[in-house]
Amino acid sequence: MSTYRIREERLPALFEETAKKRKLYLPTDTAEGVAAFLPYREGMTLTASLNTSRSAKDLFFPQTETLADFKVSGREIAVVDVREECEDFLLFGVRACDVKSFEILDRVFLAEPVDSFYKNRREHGTVVSLACASPVETCFCGTFGIDCADPEGDAAAYRWEGYYYFVPLTEKGEEYLASVESLLEETDDGPVWDAKGEIYRKKERLPLKSLTTEGFGGERTKELFDSEKWESLSEACLGCGTCTYVCPTCQCFDIRDFDTGRQIRRYRCWDSCMVSDFTKMAGGNPRPTQKERFRQRFMHKLVYFPAENEGIFGCVGCGRCLAQCPISMNIVKVMKALKEEKE
Amino acid sequence: MQELMKARAAALLSEGKVNRVLGWAAGEFVYDVTPTVFESREELERDFVYSPFCGANLSKYLVKEARKEGKILVFLKPCDSFSFAQLVKEHRIPREKVYAVGVECYGKTDATALRSLGITGIVGAAEQYGALTLNTLNGERRVTVAEAMLEKCKSCKTKEHRLCDELLGEEGEPVSDCSRFEEVEKVEAMTPEERFAFFRGELSRCIRCNACRDVCPACTCETCVFDNPASGIAQKAAADPFEENLYHIIRAFHVAGRCTDCGECTRVCPQRIPLHLLNRKFIKDINEFYGPYQAGDDPETPSPLTDWKPDDVEPGSAVRKGGRA
Repeated sequence: MSTYRIREERLPALFEETAKKRKLYLPTDTAEGVAAFLPYREGMTLTASLNTSRSAKDLFFPQTETLADFKVSGREIAVVDVREECEDFLLFGVRACDVKSFEILDRVFLAEPVDSFYKNRREHGTVVSLACASPVETCFCGTFGIDCADPEGDAAAYRWEGYYYFVPLTEKGEEYLASVESLLEETDDGPVWDAKGEIYRKKERLPLKSLTTEGFGGERTKELFDSEKWESLSEACLGCGTCTYVCPTCQCFDIRDFDTGRQIRRYRCWDSCMVSDFTKMAGGNPRPTQKERFRQRFMHKLVYFPAENEGIFGCVGCGRCLAQCPISMNIVKVMKALKEEKE
Repeated sequence: MQELMKARAAALLSEGKVNRVLGWAAGEFVYDVTPTVFESREELERDFVYSPFCGANLSKYLVKEARKEGKILVFLKPCDSFSFAQLVKEHRIPREKVYAVGVECYGKTDATALRSLGITGIVGAAEQYGALTLNTLNGERRVTVAEAMLEKCKSCKTKEHRLCDELLGEEGEPVSDCSRFEEVEKVEAMTPEERFAFFRGELSRCIRCNACRDVCPACTCETCVFDNPASGIAQKAAADPFEENLYHIIRAFHVAGRCTDCGECTRVCPQRIPLHLLNRKFIKDINEFYGPYQAGDDPETPSPLTDWKPDDVEPGSAVRKGGRA
């Protein structure tokens, strides 16, 4: 496979050229020091943080979006289809964990019945991933078989000794690299292997490297559901939505109607199993306390999702919940506690 | 301090004076401590921790915990004890169900504060007299807690406890050079347009996780208006681009006069919004309009906003005094 490279200091030119042809999103630091994927503006640089505070799922599955409008005139109600063809866009610098999360979301939104809003964005989006030169203590993508040294996507990028190296992985990726060809030089893939080797050495030192999915999966529903640990694990949970909203794989949503005064707007917004009215319905709430709601989140990722998706887990080990939970309760602590109980 | 606390808790448990202990439990690394209820000496021995990473305020958990049978011991830092006292004052916690132990505090830090100093990959730490030696994936780093203090600790108002049954360690004093209103003054000095743009900018990052509300000791409504689907403003429904702003403004009004400035809202915000600014502005205004008042200071003094005196300021004078428009 061909490999291309560009000197690090020429990255601004690459971004400039990329943004001429499609909308470009970069992981950058806001003025307040929060790393986020933002639309490219001249002078924007990549964040030094390993990952963004919110995940990259926002670009394909936004927190709120309008599904339809209902216009009432007299005794007529007209349904207005608000769907529009999305513009082409490119996500640069997506980490291996987040790239894998798109595959998990695809399994939900691209399965029948296909979610046309999501599909539209997926078709128009190109993903350029970036290998993790310095994984941190909260990283555990390896637990789910993800290799942060070898990210997927339409093209993969590697940073090594003053250069960024690019390897196209799909047709979309080849097409993108061809579109910025004038700025790139073709090279051999030796440095890519050097970069990977360095990452593998760093991965060896990660404190969560020995965490495995052993004991979890589709077959374990009854045993894990009935665990006595849920009570104490969920005790301190505030019931806020932080973990679910920063999670790259959480995909639950709610659909609501908003009366604008002149019309009814039907929109969807992220839901969170952590909040009190999650799955609340006319007959009541099947998950009345935080214990049941808390359990739902981890059972979904570690049991229900693999049960319905050929054993694929609903977590990518990005570590955002580890870094951001207000009370520092997270999937790693849950997995370890459940395993400990069994031993 | 940690060993002293553990020993005292274990003793009170075995004497039968308390049935449970609310404290902090160690995590995977060094900074990820979790509020936890301990029921035995063994649990305390295994997991109990008191370190510069114990920033979480435990007092709100008492609303739920005090409804259970028996008595619970809680460890309170000075700022936490104000929240506790305020909750007792609001009859949200029956005082007799809680055994409150005040513990000394010289400021807390967290992983976010350390990361903003460029310290990442933290897997362990040792502390001595406020100096942290951090064991990271990139080698050893040294930093003082003071350099990486939480926002709420930078603006600490006092090291003196309220309403505790006993104290461990030394009782502190009010912080004489507390400058917690400085940031508010900067916002007040802005023109209305600048101020509007400032708050729109900050609040636009809100993801409506509601962590600020869920952690807030002043937010103990059985069902919050933002969780009530019939209210039309329920939490998930960001139907309008001003919704996040409205949420924070309503919340600030609702906790005005009851907010003790414990700073938990800003600590937990995953988007690092300086939420304390709204609350602190209200505190400053209350001080100016009605004379110095500190929520949670004592269980008796009525809050100026729920009390009326003939010489109270008129609403118009509030506009003249605080407003520049």
